[in-house]
Amino acid sequence: MPLTTREELRELRGKYEQSLTAEKKKILVCAGTGCISSGSLEIYDRLIALMKEQNIDCAVELEEEPHEQTVGMKKSGCHGFCEMGPLLRVEPQGWLYTKVKLEDCEDIIEKTIAKGEHIERLAYQKGGTVSKKQDEIPFYQKQTRLVLEHCGHIDATSIKEYFGIGGYQAFEKALFDMSADDIIAEISDSNLRGRGGGGFPAGRKWKQVKSQQTEEKYIVCNGDEGDPGAFMDRSIMEGDPHRLLEGMMIAALACGSKEGYIYVRAEYPMAVSRLKTAIAQAMEYGLLGDNILGSNFSFHLHINRGAGAFVCGEGSALTASIEGKRGMPRVKPPRTVEQGLFDKPTVLNNVETFANVPLIITNGQKWYKSIGPENSPGTKAFALTGNIENTGLIEVPMGTTLREIIFDIGGGMRDGGEFKAVQIGGPSGGCLTQKHLDLPLDFDSLKKAGAMIGSGGLVVMDDKTCMVEVARFFMSFTQNESCGKCVPCREGTKRMLEILERIVEGNGQDGDIELLLELADTISATALCGLGKTAAFPVVSTIENFRDEYEAHIYAKRCPSGTCQKLKSIVIIADQCKGCSKCSRACPVSAISGKIKEPFVIDQEKCIKCGACISTCPFHAIQEG
Amino acid sequence: MSQASLYAVVDSILEEIGNRERNLIAVLQSIQEHFRYLPKEIFPYLSKKIGISEAKIYSVATFYENFSLEPKGKFVIKVCDGTACHVRKSIPILERLRKDLTLSASKSTTDDLNFTVETVSCLGACGLAPVITVNDKVYPAMTPDKATELVNQLKGEL
Repeated sequence: MPLTTREELRELRGKYEQSLTAEKKKILVCAGTGCISSGSLEIYDRLIALMKEQNIDCAVELEEEPHEQTVGMKKSGCHGFCEMGPLLRVEPQGWLYTKVKLEDCEDIIEKTIAKGEHIERLAYQKGGTVSKKQDEIPFYQKQTRLVLEHCGHIDATSIKEYFGIGGYQAFEKALFDMSADDIIAEISDSNLRGRGGGGFPAGRKWKQVKSQQTEEKYIVCNGDEGDPGAFMDRSIMEGDPHRLLEGMMIAALACGSKEGYIYVRAEYPMAVSRLKTAIAQAMEYGLLGDNILGSNFSFHLHINRGAGAFVCGEGSALTASIEGKRGMPRVKPPRTVEQGLFDKPTVLNNVETFANVPLIITNGQKWYKSIGPENSPGTKAFALTGNIENTGLIEVPMGTTLREIIFDIGGGMRDGGEFKAVQIGGPSGGCLTQKHLDLPLDFDSLKKAGAMIGSGGLVVMDDKTCMVEVARFFMSFTQNESCGKCVPCREGTKRMLEILERIVEGNGQDGDIELLLELADTISATALCGLGKTAAFPVVSTIENFRDEYEAHIYAKRCPSGTCQKLKSIVIIADQCKGCSKCSRACPVSAISGKIKEPFVIDQEKCIKCGACISTCPFHAIQEG
Repeated sequence: MSQASLYAVVDSILEEIGNRERNLIAVLQSIQEHFRYLPKEIFPYLSKKIGISEAKIYSVATFYENFSLEPKGKFVIKVCDGTACHVRKSIPILERLRKDLTLSASKSTTDDLNFTVETVSCLGACGLAPVITVNDKVYPAMTPDKATELVNQLKGEL
């Protein structure tokens, strides 16, 4: 039944708040992409089946009439600690069970649910310390989860639970107690900056759209999170879809829009299905549609699936794609706020930005500004990946240092490696090194350091990572994704990639570094869109910080980290070689020769570095050098 | 498949999604989901139905990575080569799959149309890197050996 008044919404919220508090025992099974792939849904089904067998009351949906004895079974959003998945959170104790297997289900029901006992083998353990509760785990201790606060704590597929934790309260306040100007003033004063990378103030964007004198205006959410190594927006869309919807509805109120689009990349099928469910639920309750809650505000939301083009993360390419065209950027101005989707004024923000909006409206701009530094307030979600102990999704106040993120939350380097660099901002970003460890992460200080927050991917690399190869990897990505419309990007990235390829293959030439920098300069200055303008950043940044590695590849034909296959050389240590000829017989290209009982030699010209000789030698006399 | 039945599929998709230009990508996605690729024979028909030129349809179909004008395999294996997977060694997995199925960078589908092997930039499951997907089901923490095992298992399901 659609709600038709404010009172009805309040009543409903009150009812589900009660149900949610009454429901004492709960098992929240993580149903994020990560945990599902580790088998969490099978665990969910098994737990329900077991409870049925044992006549334990269990509810998969929030009950209308609360019963204290019922065990609530929830499919929650991503906890962010995907590596330890499948994850289970047990309420009311707040315990987190990690790496749960199907075989563990019986114990969970018999011990934890029936008797309230903790199962130690399922708890997170590190260095002899057992962390029972989720918030005792070092990975979570230093985090401030605001945007992700519901992820892992409520059922991601239920609007009732969202009501139960005060959902759509911010929208209600905006609709009945605030004018459009009030909303914009609140967002502007909060200094909320776009989380998609640019950091443009959201309030200013909204104001510009509101001031346009046209009937049709659009609210578009950029969920085309294409940066490899980033999955913050995916987790919000999957884990708390109503929060995103609420943010977009408030934006629509502020700007006078009746229609919105969410553009989600094709690689996120789960996000698409959760959003579809959420939109259908919101329509059912009359929170989307015509004359919402009896007011004269109407808003309709659509979902568009991407079709695999990174460039569609760029504003004008994204709107072109929604229009059913090739996703290619266009020349600006006119800007998106003037002529965006279907040539109408358009607010285009990313998922995390919209998800911040309900928080600001509910708690006020003053509260929001009390978090993080003045010029970049609030929190930022980061995807922490690479050669680090704890990978996953984290959220910290802006201004947190890299050291805190990598060593406190991330638990330091994996396999005893040494920290070398972190790539921030994906293919448009740069790398930060040892000397940047105490740099506060916010929009302005990163810009000064020659990097950018980007969408928030943090890929940590250890001393075994070759920085030239990393630069080549990003360039090959950008080159592949270049839409081909403008020459600097289409041709420039291709030439830069060719140079990088020859360097990692050992054919680098004197002057290559200078040529790369010159090309980078031209591309950055002349490319049409953000993708092209930032395409060379990873190269420039690695040259600035690791020029010696480039030089070693080019002049000494050596890869200092030993990564580049073509630059490896395999040698026989003469002292240890007994001249048995085993290696010579194992070599597939006859590169090894010598006299029996005398040290053999490898012809480096012929050697293909397959390593067959190394494993054959009984005296361990052959090594990679 | 006969022309009439091809067109019938297109008609039902257009009815569901709509036949305006802005629906083109969604329409192509549905057609591809149905046939596992985009049969070029339908472009003239689609062009009449939507009211845009065949060239425009072709330009959209070739722009986006997800569209394929060639039939794809029954099992589409995507190897994630996003940054996180790349630094945790996704390429050896790709190489192993190609070797096991005698495929290469230029030939991504087996002749019997059972398997397609391709790369994808990021699946957003970076915490479990390296990952691969088979028809959208995610397989976490892969190794070349696990990949071989998976291919053998899939062959059994054919």
